[in-house]
Amino acid sequence: MTTPSAPDRPIRVLVAKAGLDGHDRGAKVVAAALRDAGFEVVYTGLRQTPEMIVEAALQEDVDAVGLSIHSGAHMTLFPRVVALLAARGLSHVLVTGGGIIPPADAAALEAQGVGRLFGPGTPTRDLVEYLRTTVGERRARRAVASG
Amino acid sequence: MADPLADAVRAGDPRAVARAISLVEDGGAAGATVLAALSGAVGRAHRIGITGPPGVGKSTLLAALGQRWRAAGRRVGIVAVDPTSPFTGGALLGDRVRMGALYGDPGVFIRSLASRGALGGVSAGTHDAADVLDAAGFDPVVVETVGVGQGEVAVAAVADTVVVVVAPGHGDGVQAMKGGLLETADLLVVNQADREGAEGLAAELRAAIELRERGRRPDVLLTTASEGRGVAELAAAIDAHRRDLAAAGGLGARRAERALARVRDEVDRRRARAFWTARAGDLARLVAEVVDGRMTVAAAADRLDDVRPPEPPRS
Repeated sequence: MTTPSAPDRPIRVLVAKAGLDGHDRGAKVVAAALRDAGFEVVYTGLRQTPEMIVEAALQEDVDAVGLSIHSGAHMTLFPRVVALLAARGLSHVLVTGGGIIPPADAAALEAQGVGRLFGPGTPTRDLVEYLRTTVGERRARRAVASG
Repeated sequence: MADPLADAVRAGDPRAVARAISLVEDGGAAGATVLAALSGAVGRAHRIGITGPPGVGKSTLLAALGQRWRAAGRRVGIVAVDPTSPFTGGALLGDRVRMGALYGDPGVFIRSLASRGALGGVSAGTHDAADVLDAAGFDPVVVETVGVGQGEVAVAAVADTVVVVVAPGHGDGVQAMKGGLLETADLLVVNQADREGAEGLAAELRAAIELRERGRRPDVLLTTASEGRGVAELAAAIDAHRRDLAAAGGLGARRAERALARVRDEVDRRRARAFWTARAGDLARLVAEVVDGRMTVAAAADRLDDVRPPEPPRS
């Protein structure tokens, strides 16, 4: 069940807007930038619950989930997604994202297994670089683990 | 053949289904092993293709159909294909945006695939992904593609029932008939029927079908997917098509056609890969000569291609 991915398969990322706010411009900009970097981006649109996000991540077999959260609910939503992924056997999936997130919150979330979080104005190439590096490491680790 | 991943797929384990689709999409040895182990379990699902130009509401229509199928207790498998950028290799797979009504429901498995360079929007991985969903017990299994004209053979090859969706304001009926998209339709749907010009478009399509001397003569249906109108009739027509096809013995023929297209595609792909790998150096050199104006395209192709057509007789 833990057959590794082909090493040259494009990085697949789910980009979702969690919570009830309707600002999806940031998510769309990120989705387009990741596509332009050669990623396969599954874009799910607005108002996704953590349950919907995790079900989609499972079906789409993504390497990473990028959440855009501007509602202030990041301290609830990010850990919830991480926990649900783990419950479905998907702890290899990187959870990252962005929004208006104070540095102290970002640090607290990282301690709970969330990846790096990116604030407004971050150049998209930083995100691309981060995903390439981190997904690459995680894929390599899975390949070793499955022998 | 014992294969733990294939066993888990047959048992309907969603994580196994997702992994198996990734493997078959990558086209490597692991994917081939899974497909071989699943082959006995493939063929039960009604395979449906939904195609049409961008923006006509295919995903919305599919979401509405999906809700009906779910209400009837059927487990629905969907493969949604969007184009890969030929420039970056990346893809933006956005079909889920219009299918919000369906997901979160474990009885619906949606997989978004990038076309990864396949003509007609249907890659080998698409057929194989549909096979995995079929083996996992989803029925129907629907493949949704962007039909841009070259897709006709490819889409027909995925499906027992091909639904071609058009909408008013996306070019007239004649436009829709170019490229052979309509020739492949088992059912023709004019969606966005609440918009001006829908009735006219439907009439135009019906007239064009009347004129056809051979081939399929699809029914033309009107739907307004966003409001659910006409969807029950379309769902019934899709079921009826499959029933009629089976009764007339056409299901086997359709599947034979599908198998033939897939085997040929696979051979073409392997040969193309081997050929271009072996000739990469020659290609670069000849292209440079073409760019410099020292050689024509045809002459460069002649140099590359081992299999030359016989010389035409001199007059």
